[in-house]
Amino acid sequence: MHAFEEKDYSKKIDLGLWRKLLGYAKAYRRHLLGISLVMVLVAVIDASFPVMTRYAVDEFIVPGNAAGIGLFAAGYAALVVMQGFLIWVFITLAGAVETGVCYDLRRRGYRRLQELSLHYYDTTPTGWIMTRMTSDSERLGETISWGIVDIMWGLTSMTAFGVFMLVMDWRLALIVLSVVPPLAILSYVFQQKILKNQRIVRRTNSRITGALNEGIMGAKTTKTLVREDANLAEFQEITGDMRRYSIRTAVIQSLYVPIVLTLGSVGTGLALVFGGQGVLSGAVSFGVLVAFVSYTVQFFDPVREMARVLTEFQSAQAAAERVMDMIETEAEIVDDPDVVARFGDVFDPKRENWTRASGEVSFRDVTFTYTGGEEVLQNFNLRVDAGQSIALVGETGSGKSTIVNLLCRFYEPSSGQILVDGVDYRDRGLLQHYSNLGYVLQQPHLFSGSVRENIRYGRLDASDTEVEEAAALVGATTFIRRLEKGFESEVGEGGSLLSVGEKQLVSFARAILADPVFFVFDEATSSIDTEAERLIQNAIRKILQGRTSFIIAHRLSTIREADRILVIADGEIAEDGSHETLIAHRGMYYNLYMNQFAAQEESLPVWSET
Amino acid sequence: MRASRVLFDALRGSRVVYLAAIICVGLAALLSYAAPLMVRFAIDSVIGNEPVAGPTIIVDTIERIGGVENFRTNLWSVVLAIVTVTVVSGVFSFLQGRFAAGASESLAERLRNRLYDHMQNLSYDYHVHASTGDLVQRSTSDVETVRRFMAIQFVEVGRALFMVAAALPILFSVNARFALVSVGAIPVVFVFSLVFFRRIQRTFQMVDESDGRLSTVLQEGLTGVRVVRAFGRQRFEADRFDECSRLYRDLVYKLIRQMAAYWSISDLLCLAQIGVIVVYGTTLAVAGQITIGTLLLFVTAVTMLLFPIRQMGRILADMGRMSVALKRIGEILAVDVEQDDDTAVEPAIRGHVVFDNVSFAYAGREVLRDVSFEAPPGMTVALLGPTGSGKTTLVQLLSRLYDYDRGSIRVDGIELRTIRKRWMRRHVGFVLQEPFLFAKTIRENISLARSKSSETDVYRVAETAAVHDVIESFDRGYETPVGERGVTLSGGQKQRVAIARALLMKPPILIFDDSLSAVDTETDARIRKALSTARHGATTFIISHRLTTLAQADLILVLDEGRIVQSGTHETLLAETGMYSRLWNMQRKRHDEFEQELLAQGERT
Repeated sequence: MHAFEEKDYSKKIDLGLWRKLLGYAKAYRRHLLGISLVMVLVAVIDASFPVMTRYAVDEFIVPGNAAGIGLFAAGYAALVVMQGFLIWVFITLAGAVETGVCYDLRRRGYRRLQELSLHYYDTTPTGWIMTRMTSDSERLGETISWGIVDIMWGLTSMTAFGVFMLVMDWRLALIVLSVVPPLAILSYVFQQKILKNQRIVRRTNSRITGALNEGIMGAKTTKTLVREDANLAEFQEITGDMRRYSIRTAVIQSLYVPIVLTLGSVGTGLALVFGGQGVLSGAVSFGVLVAFVSYTVQFFDPVREMARVLTEFQSAQAAAERVMDMIETEAEIVDDPDVVARFGDVFDPKRENWTRASGEVSFRDVTFTYTGGEEVLQNFNLRVDAGQSIALVGETGSGKSTIVNLLCRFYEPSSGQILVDGVDYRDRGLLQHYSNLGYVLQQPHLFSGSVRENIRYGRLDASDTEVEEAAALVGATTFIRRLEKGFESEVGEGGSLLSVGEKQLVSFARAILADPVFFVFDEATSSIDTEAERLIQNAIRKILQGRTSFIIAHRLSTIREADRILVIADGEIAEDGSHETLIAHRGMYYNLYMNQFAAQEESLPVWSET
Repeated sequence: MRASRVLFDALRGSRVVYLAAIICVGLAALLSYAAPLMVRFAIDSVIGNEPVAGPTIIVDTIERIGGVENFRTNLWSVVLAIVTVTVVSGVFSFLQGRFAAGASESLAERLRNRLYDHMQNLSYDYHVHASTGDLVQRSTSDVETVRRFMAIQFVEVGRALFMVAAALPILFSVNARFALVSVGAIPVVFVFSLVFFRRIQRTFQMVDESDGRLSTVLQEGLTGVRVVRAFGRQRFEADRFDECSRLYRDLVYKLIRQMAAYWSISDLLCLAQIGVIVVYGTTLAVAGQITIGTLLLFVTAVTMLLFPIRQMGRILADMGRMSVALKRIGEILAVDVEQDDDTAVEPAIRGHVVFDNVSFAYAGREVLRDVSFEAPPGMTVALLGPTGSGKTTLVQLLSRLYDYDRGSIRVDGIELRTIRKRWMRRHVGFVLQEPFLFAKTIRENISLARSKSSETDVYRVAETAAVHDVIESFDRGYETPVGERGVTLSGGQKQRVAIARALLMKPPILIFDDSLSAVDTETDARIRKALSTARHGATTFIISHRLTTLAQADLILVLDEGRIVQSGTHETLLAETGMYSRLWNMQRKRHDEFEQELLAQGERT
């Protein structure tokens, strides 16, 4: 029951952070350099078109002489072709960076996610991780690549426009350029406002999605409670907010463009007044005047772009911080370097050095404390012989899940040791330990793909026959054969096309194919239909043969068949023994049995026998 | 429902505003040429020495207000005029933005609300089979597609058309031949954009699919992390993800390369067009056929045209998406909602229920056949039978979640079919087997149906449902939010909250559809005990797998294949030979064996 709390992220642009992020784009240093160069050229060419116009006016039109215009046309054409080519180059380069950075971030992120302990998953909502791995990484790829494009172009354009104008006529240039500072400030202010409002709109949009999701998933409940009108009223409130915020954002945006255009026309006007007077007095050429008028139409583009890019970086910063937070989270459960050297890590295991465990396992003085400080186990001792089946019984929160989680090394003891064949399991390496483990969850998890692929997950190099044998052993063949494409049938996302019982059978087959030494099973609490129930009981019996097993048990039949029943209370073994001895003992188990399990006798699985 | 119909309906109430937006975009487009024309006048006639060009009205007007000389001594006035028309054009463009946003946002709001309302009122059966993801997708991204089209794209097409309509007469009246050469690239650019974006749709689609697959793999890998770990499949997962991620990267890169080709070619075309204007215009100017101002006017005007034209090609190519989105929305709206007859009544309900030869068929299968029984107010009716015997259907009929085909159900003497659906449901406290809790606080969840309930009432029903102590144990008690940002309740806890919620309605009829299945036996017994006093004499229907739960009922109905095969009290049923006594005795026997076993052990020790 951890409530996930998110850190606060800063809003000011943090250069250090971006430098660090650029470190992740190191592989693309050449691309980025190339983009920068190309953008400089693109901006310079953009700025030279008015110069060309000026040349045409001053050299051909005013003197009234068209000699040499062929060469001029050729030059102009060369610029056009070059510009077209450069545009192709920078889009292609930026595309490579965008997709590459995103891919690298995801790759690193996912590998890190494979290393992070279960504790991380227990305290972080899946949706949060998903956003980091999908839209955030994508956004960072885009921001880095196109951000550099826009910054380089914007800076160079402003410089080139300024320099060209200053060179043509510095006095006139200064007068016209006086429009730029207010333009820059206004642009920045507006972009900030737009960003802020867009954020609100986005947030409202996720509220709408959430409300819809809930409305549809809860539709049946809504009907029985006759809540339709109240729900609609709540929903309308959110959509009303959405309309108001969206219109507000649109208003700001629609205000911005005319203001910029007006400032631009003021620039044009300044050029006309002062340039015109210059032309009349002969101090300024007609060509220069025409070029200046063109610049005043163009130069707010780079200013606007720069303001937008800065804002973009600012808004992508939260994404950057979160993604990097995730990638840089230290894994809590890792092997020591010398263990890795011997047995390999989770990505590159050295199987040749592994040995199969016998199945004997002991907990020695194990204490376990959650990060919150809540102590679950204290000096816990347990020795299990190879091949024994253990049923763990106890109330929710008694510590039975913790025992299993520790055995699986999803968590590690805070102190004390867990010994496998007399060796601390930390000295055997993570993956070697996992390779001895079979695990079936209460809510079985399957991956989209065929039934066959799902079973083969237990042992990747298993042949088709072996997969089918595993299915047969747990009694899954009958239902699989009934499926439209047999073993080749798709199970759907998360196994959604199969029933709970069927999913469980597939997950048993998967576990048995792995041929584990230790088998861990978290039994389902809720009842499934009778036929599946019977199959599952048989499957469990098959799997338990010759394996050390730990079962968090809820079914009387399962408990009765275990070699040892451990009654766990407050992190301690309250009772330990077989069903018969514990009943005779008339202690906790006896009470539990009388109050809870005996009732199962009364529930209806007997239907099938009538 | 047809796509055009959906759009037409949703536009209702926004049509005038939308029309205003279109008029404003037209005026803004027309006025946007005024400034370049004034610049031309300034350069040619004020600064230069050309005669004033243009329609006679303008020439006359300029003469009347003092002629060119006046402007020449007072250049500022020209500038003032330029800035003024820009401002006026800006005002129209602002109004267009405001109106278009107002109209399209209202439209989106109406669509969203209509969809939500419609979906809520679809039949119970629809929701049993509905795919949440798909419905949400249609109500969010499809609505967004429509909104975006109406807010931006449609207006952009309008702007492009108005600009072409305004520019062509101006340019052609100035110099027809020059104009013809100047706009030569426009149709080319337009067709190129249209064809390109139409062809690229396939790549877009592939990118979308690949993105979806990547999300699925990621989602499954994250939710199944325990399985991945237990089988030591980290490497396998990383490789699987990597493969998808790589494919996605390559597809996006392919798309970007195609876009690179598009942008470079279309930019090349546009720049070349401007180049042609500059070069050809220069030769014309040298020959004295046009002025410098005219040349500048052509450059500016055509530059202004090119971008909207390119966009227009893209938008028209995207039109397909819009109609697909509308069609997908229309498909939901076309499904009929639940309705009552106009004559439906709202009688006082005390809970006297009579089933008289009721039959119900679903998907061609008889689920209930000739079911008859009577339950006076306050009676507890237990339903027993194997999966698929019709127990749940029977109680669903009572809540009018489904309607019976034959026979008659009377509630307090009134035919159920004539009672308004919502009215009936308001009087039936129906606890589903898998109840849904909303992302609200626990208090809000309990008081969903009676939002004005007092704190004491809420506590009382929570106590009856044996969930008060659990709630109090949370840090924020009743104010604890449920869901991802709050606590995750177990199945049994959810069921208990749902029971509390139903009790708060104080309904004359209560239904527990296996709604204690995830609660342990002890708590089950506690709840039942508390219920016997707290249900205010409600007629109660209980479906359960626990015989002890059922045994205490006033009336036990044993169903098999849609028929009542046995009915009576525990005692009478035990006396009969039949399914009930067989079941009961079988369990008795087991229990006795177990007692024997215990005794034997006791003797041994």
